[in-house]
Amino acid sequence: MDNEGEKDMSQTKVNSLASIAATRTPGTSAMGVGLEARNVHAWFGQKHVLSDISLDFYAGTVTALIGPSGCGKSTFIRILNRMHEFIPTAAMAGEVLLDGKDVYRSGVDVTKIRLGIGMVFQKPNPFPSMTIKENVLSGLKLAQIKINNSDELLEDCLVRAGLWSEVKDRLDQYGGTLSGGQQQRLCIARSLAVKPQVLLMDEPCSALDPGSTLRIEETIRDLSKTMTIVIVTHNMQQAARVSDYTGFFLSDGGPGELIETAPTSHIFSNPKDKRTEDYVTGRFG
Amino acid sequence: MSTVTENKPQGSNDPNQMMVPRPLKPWKATPKQLLPDVFGAIGTVIASLILVLVSPLAGILGFILTFIVLSLFIAASISWIRKDRKAAANSVSTIIIYFLAAFVLLPVASIVFEIIRKGAPGLSIGMFFDDMSVTASDAPLSEGGLLHALVGSLYVVALATIVSIPIGLLTALYLTEVKGKASGTVRFFVQAMSGVPSIVAGLFIYAVWMISLGGSYNTAAGSLALAILMIPTVARTAEEVLKLIPTDLREAGLALGATQWKTVALVVIPAARSGLITAVILGTARVAGETAPLLLTVGGNDAMNWNPFSGNNSALPFYVWKNFGLGTETGAERAWTGIFVLMVVVMIFFTIARVLGNKKG
Repeated sequence: MDNEGEKDMSQTKVNSLASIAATRTPGTSAMGVGLEARNVHAWFGQKHVLSDISLDFYAGTVTALIGPSGCGKSTFIRILNRMHEFIPTAAMAGEVLLDGKDVYRSGVDVTKIRLGIGMVFQKPNPFPSMTIKENVLSGLKLAQIKINNSDELLEDCLVRAGLWSEVKDRLDQYGGTLSGGQQQRLCIARSLAVKPQVLLMDEPCSALDPGSTLRIEETIRDLSKTMTIVIVTHNMQQAARVSDYTGFFLSDGGPGELIETAPTSHIFSNPKDKRTEDYVTGRFG
Repeated sequence: MSTVTENKPQGSNDPNQMMVPRPLKPWKATPKQLLPDVFGAIGTVIASLILVLVSPLAGILGFILTFIVLSLFIAASISWIRKDRKAAANSVSTIIIYFLAAFVLLPVASIVFEIIRKGAPGLSIGMFFDDMSVTASDAPLSEGGLLHALVGSLYVVALATIVSIPIGLLTALYLTEVKGKASGTVRFFVQAMSGVPSIVAGLFIYAVWMISLGGSYNTAAGSLALAILMIPTVARTAEEVLKLIPTDLREAGLALGATQWKTVALVVIPAARSGLITAVILGTARVAGETAPLLLTVGGNDAMNWNPFSGNNSALPFYVWKNFGLGTETGAERAWTGIFVLMVVVMIFFTIARVLGNKKG
């Protein structure tokens, strides 16, 4: 009896997540393959942390990466924009193709890669020495891009990040005076200013309250019309709400593997792998 | 604000007045609650005085010792009687902390007080416009001045700072941002250098500049000796400050497509600015009062020398050292005044640096 009850409950949960996901039509706005990972492996020192990940991110879609802590999701997305190499012992193998060209090919300008593949971090990290305005436009200064109408860009980025109405009268205050949720949206606006093709988000809402999370999810949906988004999340509801595709990562003590990838509604309603089902129903992880 | 000006009688039913909460600080003790503590403190002072008078303990030292022991004992007793054992332990540790803080502050306060007491009376406007070139060692303070020492000090410290800031800060950036292969070695040598006795720094410049290269005493040579002392202080403090800047910020900069150099220049250094200024201040403080290396490199002078790159020069610490050495009464007075001026000059620089450091943007 007990077992049956448990199964019923988890079944209900799967159904509700699947119903959220079903409202999203996968790949409707796809503009062809945007970013492709091919046979990616990663190491920290001698430790093999990611094994043979191949995953396509279609342009104009949102892909969620889910999985338990320590399964290599964050390492994987840091490989996508070459932030992985800042960890001294880090190494990788495989290819990451942006518009069909490997971002790890020799002679490539790494800063150009990161300009095209932006990143939003887990903890909001606005630059403390800069005002809200300077924060948004900092990418231009940092990447030495010259533009004519910076005020227009400023407003555009803040509007798209869903922050404009809250900060338009205090653009000259310091970024640190904003609340956590606002700071995270400021960081999103900052990444938008350099017009990336792809935006990587590493648990962008894990430090935020539900209200701010909702605002950021709306922002993600709006942004996905014009760019490819990859989001790492521990929140299954969030994955169901915002993503078109979902990839499930798992590590059984060894290196992390990509167990399954499919349109989000399939992952939550009809997963092929038993382990995926167990994870999305909350039976482990 | 209207509720204040209207000044309604008490017991008024005006709902506005009822609604406005007044800011309270209920966690602060009222004078009545403080009464036992005040009585305890006064009682302790009186009791210590009596004890010192009737017992073989004598003098200020005896009084202080008695006072410390008695205050611990009395405070513990009062707290124990009024509350419990934990309150007594709290009182005792609070009092010990206050006494220890006083022990740290006392020497500093005493030094400052003594310098002002002995140095300030000798101060006059005229001394900032004259040097000692034609003044006898026992001449009254109205003759001569310390302009040459003041200018020499400013020269030598300013040049040392100009040399040390780039080298010190770049060393810190190498250790924290570049993290090059030689980091360990560089850090080791920086630490070893910060332990170099100042006379050794002076001897080094003396050996290189005077003996090997055949140069003669000049202000720039002195500033190089001071730079040897200043660089490790600046580098170590700046390294600690830069280490405190979260990696997040660096990654945010790099993720925006910036080069490492741009990230450091536009994100890391501005975020650490106030701390980096402190690092420079500490370095300047380290060298402003140095005398020994200057004896070997700048040589000393009683006359004005405006050229920092040629000829002997003086400095305030040197002026103090020389005038004390004269053994005359006016010499000692001049020395105290020199110390006073040195202290004020250093304080002015610190204040300026602090103000600059706290100003954002």
